[in-house]
Amino acid sequence: MTVPAGAKTAFDVRSVRQDFPILHQSVFGKPLVYLDNAATAQKPKAVIDALARYYTQDNANIHRGLHQLSERATAAYEEARSKVRRFLNAAEDREIVFVRGTTEAINLVAQSYGRTHLDPGDEVLITTMEHHSNIVPWQILCEEKGARLRVAPIGDDGDLLLDEFEKLLGPRTRLVSVVHVSNALGTVNPVKRLVEMARRRDIPVLVDGAQAAPHLRIDVRELDCDFYALSGHKLFGPTGIGVLYGRARLLEAMPPWQSGGDMIASVTFAKTTYNRLPYKFEAGTPHIAGVIGLGAALDYLESIDRDGRIAHEDDVLAYATRTIAALPRVRLVGTAREKTGVLSFVIEGVHPHDIGTILDREGIAIRAGHHCTQPLMDRFGVPATARASFALYNTRAEVDALAAGVRRVLEVFR
Amino acid sequence: MTPDLGDLYQEVILDHNRQPRNFGALPGANRRAEGFNPLCGDRVTVEVEMQDGVVQDIRFQGSGCAISKASASMMTESMKGRTRAQAEALFQEFHRLLTGDAAAPDPAALGKLVVFSGVREFPVRVKCATLAWHTLRSALENAREIATTE
Repeated sequence: MTVPAGAKTAFDVRSVRQDFPILHQSVFGKPLVYLDNAATAQKPKAVIDALARYYTQDNANIHRGLHQLSERATAAYEEARSKVRRFLNAAEDREIVFVRGTTEAINLVAQSYGRTHLDPGDEVLITTMEHHSNIVPWQILCEEKGARLRVAPIGDDGDLLLDEFEKLLGPRTRLVSVVHVSNALGTVNPVKRLVEMARRRDIPVLVDGAQAAPHLRIDVRELDCDFYALSGHKLFGPTGIGVLYGRARLLEAMPPWQSGGDMIASVTFAKTTYNRLPYKFEAGTPHIAGVIGLGAALDYLESIDRDGRIAHEDDVLAYATRTIAALPRVRLVGTAREKTGVLSFVIEGVHPHDIGTILDREGIAIRAGHHCTQPLMDRFGVPATARASFALYNTRAEVDALAAGVRRVLEVFR
Repeated sequence: MTPDLGDLYQEVILDHNRQPRNFGALPGANRRAEGFNPLCGDRVTVEVEMQDGVVQDIRFQGSGCAISKASASMMTESMKGRTRAQAEALFQEFHRLLTGDAAAPDPAALGKLVVFSGVREFPVRVKCATLAWHTLRSALENAREIATTE
């Protein structure tokens, strides 16, 4: 039987696992169970091969070479931009800016949009569940501008309190920056509704999509957000590459934030004219291989039945939630109505670092700590949590291994 | 229990984790420092009452993993009656035990602290074991800055 090119077969986790070479190894004599995907995801062979192919065959600088290699590299680079545009369902390629990652994307908006739109007394609104990378850039900006950082609270289950959020949208709110999926809790925020609330007051919204992109279907036009940030390495692509989507109208009006080569149209010592979008925001030689690798990651995801993948991920998270919550002395942190990808928990009488060390010796990789969300940890009154985070290649059997590992923790810390 | 985990989580360590000694505030303290491990967010406060150059009393507070809590607890037990120089010498000995640097540690000098020898096999946990010690050093120097493991 021949399968036509581009055709998708039903989601099959066993075949997906074959696509990720790193998964097939032992750690301390036990099969690796990789549950630290919210920190960084593993890479399919297609991505690893694309990087090797680029460096083996096409490596050249882009956008200026007259020679064949430069032409090929430029084409691959710009093709990847179109892939990202399709992945996010953005309207135009020029709305896709390549950056180092979500952190840099947020800093770009803070430094370029924020510095030109904030006056003393103005406000930026975020939520309690933000990652430090969606807190600190705004703190720095607000301090510089004499503006005020407001924080929308969450409930005990980890759901954003929508009424409180709406109340904080005031006449001085100049920007909302909100996480799509919480890296520490797994909460999926109702971003479309948040944007509607802000849009009624003409307030632009930036969405931190670092954790959402590997799990959810993202449609920036349906969300109607103004900026959307994501990291390639959490999306099965290389580290050091990320994306800022920006509404063209806003990006055009924004000043560049880094300057140098590639971002200019012409330079004299008297005056410099900036390049058009998106190059105005891509100063210097970019991470060409990273962009091409990210494109390969999106191709890979595209080749997989999306609905089947999401159903599988939901099943594994639901199974993990049931299984781990049923263990003695375990308490889940983050039980929002809608969640994806993340199971955070604490064990009575055991510090998360000790959980992490014991699980590691069982071949199970999780994260233990504050997850760069210290204000959120304070909100829940814990110094840290243990966090298992899942990707499309994780299985129920791996959840069982995690549960056995947690039982081992309970044995050691009787 | 796999042998290497047992090396780390020895019964004495688990006991001090469950019931840390000299835990709480020390009202008569004349030396005090806070310690912070930026990697994990753990915090510890060490308070010391020095008299005539000797540690009369010492207590600690804070939150942390079993290794850091047990290490702080056992450190306080072994510090009473020591001069600052003797305290520093014990820290050096303890550090050698954890990192395997240079000369072999002296088991006689370390006493009960030898239960931390298993930490050597878990390099990422060395900072957990030394946080309270760095903090004590900074308390005895009466440094104003917060001690960190970095």
